[in-house]
Amino acid sequence: MRLLSGLIAGALFGAGLALSGMVDPARVLGFLDIAGVAQGTWDPTLAFVMAGALAVATPGYWLARRRAKPVFEPAFQVPGKGAVDRRLTLGAVMFGLGWGLVGFCPGPALAALGSGRTEVLIFGAAMAAGMWLFGRVAR
Amino acid sequence: MCFVAAWGYRLPVMTSFDPLTALLGGALIGLAAALAVLFNGRVAGISGILGGILDLDRANMPWRLAFLIGLIGAGAVMLARPEATIEITGSTPLLIAGGLLVGFGTRLGSGCTSGHGVCGLARGSKRSLVSTAIYIGVAVATLFVVRHVIGG
Repeated sequence: MRLLSGLIAGALFGAGLALSGMVDPARVLGFLDIAGVAQGTWDPTLAFVMAGALAVATPGYWLARRRAKPVFEPAFQVPGKGAVDRRLTLGAVMFGLGWGLVGFCPGPALAALGSGRTEVLIFGAAMAAGMWLFGRVAR
Repeated sequence: MCFVAAWGYRLPVMTSFDPLTALLGGALIGLAAALAVLFNGRVAGISGILGGILDLDRANMPWRLAFLIGLIGAGAVMLARPEATIEITGSTPLLIAGGLLVGFGTRLGSGCTSGHGVCGLARGSKRSLVSTAIYIGVAVATLFVVRHVIGG
């Protein structure tokens, strides 16, 4: 059951990314391109996707907080309230740079692998290499 | 929205901005995040899930693999529809540079659009709010420079 619920959660996540068009980097860049606001070409999709996600995830976390433990596991593995530090901000800056260059963040890049496009494979391999590298040098 | 076959009607494919489909897709993502925390006590953060697999963290491997299989599988099924298209404009060096930055940066910063942007904001984390504000701001600035300063 633990694995089945993981599979279902992953599938819902991937379906949501694909349905909302977030697997398409052009759509994401259409949101990030604020010059489009003045030109009338700005695409607000990403903001609506975030709003839809938060509208469901927020009550989900509220319910989780009222439970002693999750349904299928002995304990919650949710991070506590840490401080904002340099790793957090520097990491977010690096992520923002890469996201703005290509329009892929980790979820959509993986959900788009099934398109079979070479560009997705190249980006996905580089992303995995970056994560692997972090595990080697900076952890 | 256009509808057809599958199980009576076809899921819509967004070609131009469609607020209802965007909200519905977002709600599915939020539902996935809610299920992950309620049933498995986990943050549905993709960089954490993939990074944990690459770090060979054995204890959490089965759930993370199951989630990734679902994510990639559902994406593949949805993208198999002929009307679902994606457009990638970057050159190979740009894709590699972007991938490395996204991979390293999301691990260094402990999360991405899903872990900080959805799960973190949903549980009211200040770290996630700061992270989300920074990566969206930097991405907007980066794209502006690439498209309208260098490219313009």
